[in-house]
Amino acid sequence: MRVTIVDAERCVGCQLCMFACARRSGKGGLLDSSILIRSIGGMERGFRVTVCRACPNPPCAKVCPTNALVPKDGGGVKLYTEKCIGCGNCVDGCILNAIFWNPEKEKPVVCVYCGYCTKFCPHGVIAHEKETKIEGDMT
Amino acid sequence: MIESDTLANVLYIDLTNREFFFKTRKDIFEKYLGGSGVAIQLLLEECKPNCDPLSADNSIVFAIGPLTGLFPLASKTVAMFKSPLTNNLGETHAGGRSAIAIRSAGLGAIVIKGVSETPIYLSVENDKVHFKDASALWGMESIYTVGRVLRQSERGSGMRTIMRIGKAGEKLVKYASLTTETYRHFGRLGLGAVFGSKKLKALIITGQNSIPVRDSKGYKELYNQIYDNATKSEVMQKYHDLGTAVNVIRLNEIKALPTYNLQVSSFDSVENISGEFLATEYLGRRIACAHCPVACIHIAALRVPYEDEKYFYKTTMIPYDYELIYALGSMLGIGDPKGMLKIIEKVEAYGIDALSTGVCMAYATELFAKEKISEKETLGLKPKWGNWNTYVEFLKNLVARKNDFYDAIANGVEYASTVFGGEEFALAFGGLEMPGYNTGPAGYVGYLIGARHSHLDNAGYDVDQKHKGLPANELVEKLTSEEQWRQMLSSLVVCFFSRGLYKPEIVQKCLSCSGFDLNENDLLTIGKKILMEKFKFKFREGFSFDRLRLPDRIFKISTLAGNIDKDYILKCLDEAGKYYNSNSNDEK
Repeated sequence: MRVTIVDAERCVGCQLCMFACARRSGKGGLLDSSILIRSIGGMERGFRVTVCRACPNPPCAKVCPTNALVPKDGGGVKLYTEKCIGCGNCVDGCILNAIFWNPEKEKPVVCVYCGYCTKFCPHGVIAHEKETKIEGDMT
Repeated sequence: MIESDTLANVLYIDLTNREFFFKTRKDIFEKYLGGSGVAIQLLLEECKPNCDPLSADNSIVFAIGPLTGLFPLASKTVAMFKSPLTNNLGETHAGGRSAIAIRSAGLGAIVIKGVSETPIYLSVENDKVHFKDASALWGMESIYTVGRVLRQSERGSGMRTIMRIGKAGEKLVKYASLTTETYRHFGRLGLGAVFGSKKLKALIITGQNSIPVRDSKGYKELYNQIYDNATKSEVMQKYHDLGTAVNVIRLNEIKALPTYNLQVSSFDSVENISGEFLATEYLGRRIACAHCPVACIHIAALRVPYEDEKYFYKTTMIPYDYELIYALGSMLGIGDPKGMLKIIEKVEAYGIDALSTGVCMAYATELFAKEKISEKETLGLKPKWGNWNTYVEFLKNLVARKNDFYDAIANGVEYASTVFGGEEFALAFGGLEMPGYNTGPAGYVGYLIGARHSHLDNAGYDVDQKHKGLPANELVEKLTSEEQWRQMLSSLVVCFFSRGLYKPEIVQKCLSCSGFDLNENDLLTIGKKILMEKFKFKFREGFSFDRLRLPDRIFKISTLAGNIDKDYILKCLDEAGKYYNSNSNDEK
């Protein structure tokens, strides 16, 4: 399961997906969003969609010193908040920059692959992939 | 409001002393919600009475509202200041990411006062304000470059707003605008010049705060309902497909599209600058303000070959909207879409209000044709309908204020006509250059009596299309009650395009989510009160219905309702005067 990017060129930068993700926490704003839409150096060039790719062999989990991030079957990670010491290694470890940060809690914000954001994308940019079809090194 | 909400936090910045502080203003947010309602209170407090708008005594206020960051299409920020163009109330709204950035920084409003000695820009991040040297940005030819530099040097990509002025603001052109996120503008009434007078080049805001709601489950349900209505509505689809440019053909058909400085009201070459044509031939990308599913912002991709090298092209991305097509297209008789886009590109690069600029250039063209000015004044240019190259050159001279003529034009068409004549075709109302709706008497009365002299104040153009022959008192009643309700919308703050979604019963529910318990009647009362507070400011700064100037041109041209009767307009102004004078007396 993961959020997949169907066509980033269709993105208009409305950030409704970000608002949706943050809303799961029951609050408004953008604080706890685990998806980010930003321009590619100016909106005229289009937008970059950053969200966890659900890597089969996730580097973020490899650099977690307390096993708070645990690889999931079929790709991606699960965060065990109670084990997290807030070191931020995972943020640095993800070269996609898909691990975000909650400064209030000093904890990472990671996609849970629920697909809620995809329900609020009116322009067909992202979709919820129930079965991850990602190719990668599983070792 | 909810106790833990940061909405009532106001950031006060003093540029003279390079100081800042925060103050919780529950007193005004609880009474006026946010946006326009709060901004006018802060302006009444912080703008020194009868000050020079381009002095340290003028203040700039930005405000967002309780719906910002919570609901779709609550995407706008309200800016208020004393306008250098009208010497009275300045108010302009813009989206981009400005509203969510202010809310995420844990703020409801920002007040900027004083003046910096040297060029400066401000970077606001949560509870910190950095005063940064802008010497390296000052004098840059294009506002696009300013944006590129700041995008690189500042933090918070995707979660910030970058508001900046261009050369026009630095040069204090009285209708210079403030640009945000490259393609949105606090366009009208000269906020860019006020920034320029304060030596303030840019304002960047970012932050990381969440927004509490009273009942999470109820909030999500209400959100889904509004989202569904928004994405399924006809208006939304219309503005997504073609943008506001969808109106070009329609308004041309009903003879409401001002053309050749309103000598006529429909344009022979309209097809070439229509929304349909531009979308088919030039549309390169659509973009949206944060939290808006519509994406009405339409950007043309203009591919132009370089002259010095074969097969080498420059592709520029140029935004277009109905208003720009009117002001920089039909008004100047430009039927060549490429030419029109090139004028828009220049207007954007300088950071200058497209409507005022177009009206000023149209006025100058007619002055030239009538030999009231010559090449001596225009410095060798021969402004002529359709001749876009000349207008591009004209803009350079205007922004540089190259001689007394261009200097007068930089002060607006109302002022320029006192120097060079042609008052009858100097198309400003209440000192503000007209928007693109020659629909009839309600439109013009709307511009004249609206608090900021904008078509968006009261939508008179809409009344013209629905009603004919209304008695003066009924027309004024219609316009003022619409303007009252719009104060509520611009205090929440929602985009006016979504006014069909945000009906009183929905607004009431939304407000309840953020802890405001108000009934529909309360909403109307607050809206009316806010409008009266604006007129309190207007009267304080010398506004009078008696002194409004009526350009003769509007009585010479046919509209949906036939020719406009001057006596009728005067009667409406009289009614409006009575209304505002008696209501503001009630307040006392």
